[in-house]
Amino acid sequence: MTSATLAGLVGAALVGLGLYGVIADPQLLRKILAFNLIGSGVFLVFGIVARKGAAAGLSADPVPQAMVITGIVVAFAASAIAVALTLRLSEETGATTLPPDALARPPGEGADAE
Amino acid sequence: MSVLLALDIGLAFLVFAVAAWTVFAPGGFAATVGYVVYGLLLSLVWIRLFAVDVALTEAAIGSGVTGVLLIGAAARLRGAEATAREGLTGLTRLFIAGLCLLVAGALAAVVLLLPDEGPTLAPQSMQSLPETGLGNPVTAVLIAYRSFDTMLEKVVLVLAVVGVWSLAADRFWGGGPGEARAERPEPTLAFFAQVLVPIGILVGVHVFWVGADEPGGAFQGGAILAAMWIIVMMARLTEAPQTSAFWLRAALIAGPAVFLAVGVAGAAVAGGYFAYPPGLAKPLILFIETFMTFTIAVTLAMLVAGPPRREPRR
Repeated sequence: MTSATLAGLVGAALVGLGLYGVIADPQLLRKILAFNLIGSGVFLVFGIVARKGAAAGLSADPVPQAMVITGIVVAFAASAIAVALTLRLSEETGATTLPPDALARPPGEGADAE
Repeated sequence: MSVLLALDIGLAFLVFAVAAWTVFAPGGFAATVGYVVYGLLLSLVWIRLFAVDVALTEAAIGSGVTGVLLIGAAARLRGAEATAREGLTGLTRLFIAGLCLLVAGALAAVVLLLPDEGPTLAPQSMQSLPETGLGNPVTAVLIAYRSFDTMLEKVVLVLAVVGVWSLAADRFWGGGPGEARAERPEPTLAFFAQVLVPIGILVGVHVFWVGADEPGGAFQGGAILAAMWIIVMMARLTEAPQTSAFWLRAALIAGPAVFLAVGVAGAAVAGGYFAYPPGLAKPLILFIETFMTFTIAVTLAMLVAGPPRREPRR
């Protein structure tokens, strides 16, 4: 097994772990963390595509590398917005989770009706 | 088994274990600290994939700047966290875990089934490299071959700042984010900021400058510069500028604006949008990158600072 394959397997495991965190953890901050785990897992899988594209004297294909760099920056921007939303929610309502059945209620009957 | 393979396996387990900690740790703050460690370990994995540019970006932005953002948020949410912890039943969790395992397994199978030599654009990117005057093919992809992508990504960053600022309460609109400048800054932090920041600025400019030929570039250098500004603001030696300040808004759009102007000029001068005239590619790329580095530094710092929380001064 090469180090590239190993890194790809770690990427796959990270996607699984992150997915579990996003679904199972009610805390919004933990969801953001888990979402970033998924992202970096996907980047790693893409990274081994770059590594396997080694040619022309390069150790890795530069195109996927550049796209991963772009992706890391965009992931940060998304996290910044998500964090700002979470903090605002906590300032307004004191909650750090979303009410689980908020979407199932008819409009007009807010989350504070309980 | 070679030493390097043993190291790789150890690193893989370590990355996985720390990632599992960020998902299963009992408290949000502990999980976030785990995430920062995870980001640094991940940049080692990137080095093992011979992607040093990505490793630098992951360490600077994925772990560093994201880490500051998340730790700040975790610290502010610490008291409120205990609200809803029960959530799902054991059976549901098991079901979710099974499905996630399925996704991870499918991805792992894809990874194992990949051919040893995949399709690649490396020869093409090396072929045109002399025309750009650059020595680092990754920088060439970012600023020359796929420059349109990179310009749009700058626009995404500006939109993210707009999104974060929009979350300000009405009375703070136009004010500055974060804490005001302190009369007496905390001595340890102030000392740290005074010693580290001048060196850090040099490192940031260096990483940007060598990016033309060696690993590095506008993103990595800009992230380091942003970190230096964040440190000074955290030490409260200075305060974040008012979000209504004209210079701040100009700084936020300088990078994409210059990029776009050069790109459109290329249509008239070089025969295509985002084309560079032959012979002038390197100076133009450096010109764009200088503005981009500056804008990235300001943007990342503003995204970490968050929405305005001080009332605007007239």
